[in-house]
This record gives sequence, structure tokens and C-alpha cells, in this order.
Amino acid sequence: MHALATSALRLGDDSLILGQRLSEWCGHAPALEVDLSLANCALDLIGQATHFLGLAGDLEGKGRDADALAFRRDVMDFTNCLLVEQKNGDFAQTIARQFLFSHYQELLFAELAASKHERFAAIAAKAVKEVTYHAKLASDWVVRLGDGTEESRARMVQGLDWMWRFADELFVMDELDAALGIDKLALKPAWDQRIDAVLAEATLERPAPRRAITGGRSGHHSEQLGHLLTEMQFLQRAYPGATW
Amino acid sequence: MASSNPSVILGSRSGPGIHGQHPALADPLDPGRAPRVQDDVLRILSNVPDPEIPCVSVIDLGIVREIADDHVTITPTYTGCPATLAIERMIREALNANGFADVRIDTTLSPPWSTDWISDEGREKLRAYGIAPPPKGANAASLKNDAPAECPRCGSSNTEEISRFGSTPCKALWRCKACAEPFDRFKCH
Repeated sequence: MHALATSALRLGDDSLILGQRLSEWCGHAPALEVDLSLANCALDLIGQATHFLGLAGDLEGKGRDADALAFRRDVMDFTNCLLVEQKNGDFAQTIARQFLFSHYQELLFAELAASKHERFAAIAAKAVKEVTYHAKLASDWVVRLGDGTEESRARMVQGLDWMWRFADELFVMDELDAALGIDKLALKPAWDQRIDAVLAEATLERPAPRRAITGGRSGHHSEQLGHLLTEMQFLQRAYPGATW
Repeated sequence: MASSNPSVILGSRSGPGIHGQHPALADPLDPGRAPRVQDDVLRILSNVPDPEIPCVSVIDLGIVREIADDHVTITPTYTGCPATLAIERMIREALNANGFADVRIDTTLSPPWSTDWISDEGREKLRAYGIAPPPKGANAASLKNDAPAECPRCGSSNTEEISRFGSTPCKALWRCKACAEPFDRFKCH
């Protein structure tokens, strides 16, 4: 696959898988407002995925569209980072995942919006405004849960503790990122600053450093992604090519 | 079809038109001028409502970016807004029904749509419909210090946000502390 096509695929897969995860909350969130918020974020992410996967298909030039890439690939062909495929867990764990990812995505898209690759730049410029809301939502909840009751605080700490090991993968650079003109390593200090500021407001400590777990970009996923795809791809697997 | 007519550019590459007003609406057509395809298309699209907020047309919302002899360029509000597909279908049907089946619909993401593209008329229609229109010139950086919305029913600014995410991607839930009514606010975007 063309280098830029793979870059588009990675961006699309991150958004698609996180969008699918958030959709699992629909009808189950702790309050109506939260239910609407998570569903709205999911919708934004799936919209991004549609654009990035469509772009990946165009660049690949084999006639695959966004639907083909979303519904007719197997787990090893997905290139999303491991963070986004993590299970929702409780609400605090979902918020921890969103918090770490949305701040990364906002910084990444702000950078990508200035890319010389016009189609990437157009999608990023469009999406960054939406992601700003996601980062704000997640940050507000980190503060509310962290600086909340004993119970909410304990759950927020647990959620962050689990998700933290998957954060390093977000900033791993390789030749594809270089071809796209994005320096992910350079995003890290700004990300650290944002994360630390919110954690301080939430009266939480930064989780202890852990050995980073990586592999998502090359298709080495956790068992959890397979389960997610089983549900997401069921219809196209059972009835290939079905439309309605 | 004649192709010498310049297309109607709605707004500019760097942002919305003067005062967010559609140029053709701000500057009434010269009655002596020959009718153009674009005038008809503009009139037709001015009657195509947004599927989720039917008080405003796709022109009011600034979704239609350009009208040319042979194509119309539209832009989505939110990347994942389900209304985008419905809007394209409704525009297609309206064009077909009025004899413009050969005018194609293009979609562009850039420059990204913002709430500043909503016309002044559109803002008033939103308010009358019970949705607080977004302040102008708002940008993402102002998210933390959003000024209170003005209640579309009683006009009070004694209001509070209930949830930043509402019934559609473009709206937030607010409540008026003066008249106690909940209301939607069109989010700055």
C-alpha cells in the first residue's frame, strides 16, 4: 500500500474504532446528557473515519471505499493504536481513554491542518474543531471525577492507570509519519503540559511510568479488537454486500 | 448551457461574506440584468430546509458554498452529521423537480464551515424558532469562556449550560434561569 494511503488508514482506523467503542455507550450512559455527549463524539469520530478511510481507498486505487475498508478487513489489517480499542470499562475508564486520546488528536489535527497534503489538511481542519469539544468534555469529567467523591476518585485513578500504558504508542514516529510531514514526537511536550494541567486541577497524580505497550500500527492487536469487529462487521460478514 | 456567467461565490476563501450575509441577498438583483441559471438555483435552494432545523434553509446555514451554471458546491457542518446525506438528497430532488437535473452537486471540506457562515437572516430565524444563535466570530479558543447565551424566549442572559452536547451535533443544551425554560443553543463552531 502507498505510504500516504497507510497514513490515511491509520488516522481513519483510530477514529473508527474509538467511534465504535463510544457508540457502545448509547443508551447505557450514567445520565441522559452524558449519553448524548458520547453519542455525539462517536458521530464526529465516525465522520472523520469516513473521510480518512475514503481517502485511503482513493490513494490505494483498488476500488475500496470507506465501507469496504471498515467492514471487509480482518483484525490484523487494522492499524489503529491500542488505546482506542481498549474496552469501555466503567465510565471513568472510558473518560480516561478519551482524555488521553482527544488531547493527542487535537494537537495532531492542528498540525495536520497545515499539511501540504491538501486532502489530509482539509479533513484535519474540519475535524479539529470537533475534537476540541471532545478534549474539553473529557477534561471536565477527569476533574469532576478526580476531585469528586472517594468512589469517583478511585475509579478515575484506576481508569487512568490502565490507559496510561497505551499512551506512548500515540507518539511513536516512523517513516510513514515522516512522509506525511508530521513530527509526533514534537507533539509530546504540549500533550504532557495539557494532561498535567488537567490532572493538577483534578487533584490527581500522573500515573507511574510503565513499560509502553505498542503494536497496533503494525496489526498486533489485543483480543478486544476482534470482539469489537465481530459486532461491527456482523452484517457484512453474514450478508456480504448487503445494502438498505 | 451557457458557461460565460461567473459562478456565485458564497462568502470567500478566507471566510464568510460581509456580515455573514449572502451577497445576492445583501445586494438585491438588478432588475435590468438578464436572468441567470444561478438566480434560479439560488431561489430553489433558498426553499430547501435543513432536515433537522427546518426553520432555516441550506442557504441560511451557509452550507451552499458556490452556485455555478453546471454545479453547486456544498460543505458539511459537522464531519459526522447524519443530516449531510439527507441535505444532499433534498438538494438533488429540488434541482431535479425544477428542471436542473444536469446541475451536479460537489462537496468540499475546505475551508471548513463555521457558524459565522450562518446569515443574519438565518440567525433571526433560529431565534424565532427557539434556538439561541451562535455568537459571531467565535472560535475554538473561546470555548472555555463562552459568554452566556441569550434566552430565545425571554431574552434574559441569566442562563446556564446544562450540557455542551445536545440533540444534534450542532446544538448544546441550555436553561434560562429567568423564565425557567430549557432551550437549545447553536454551538459556536
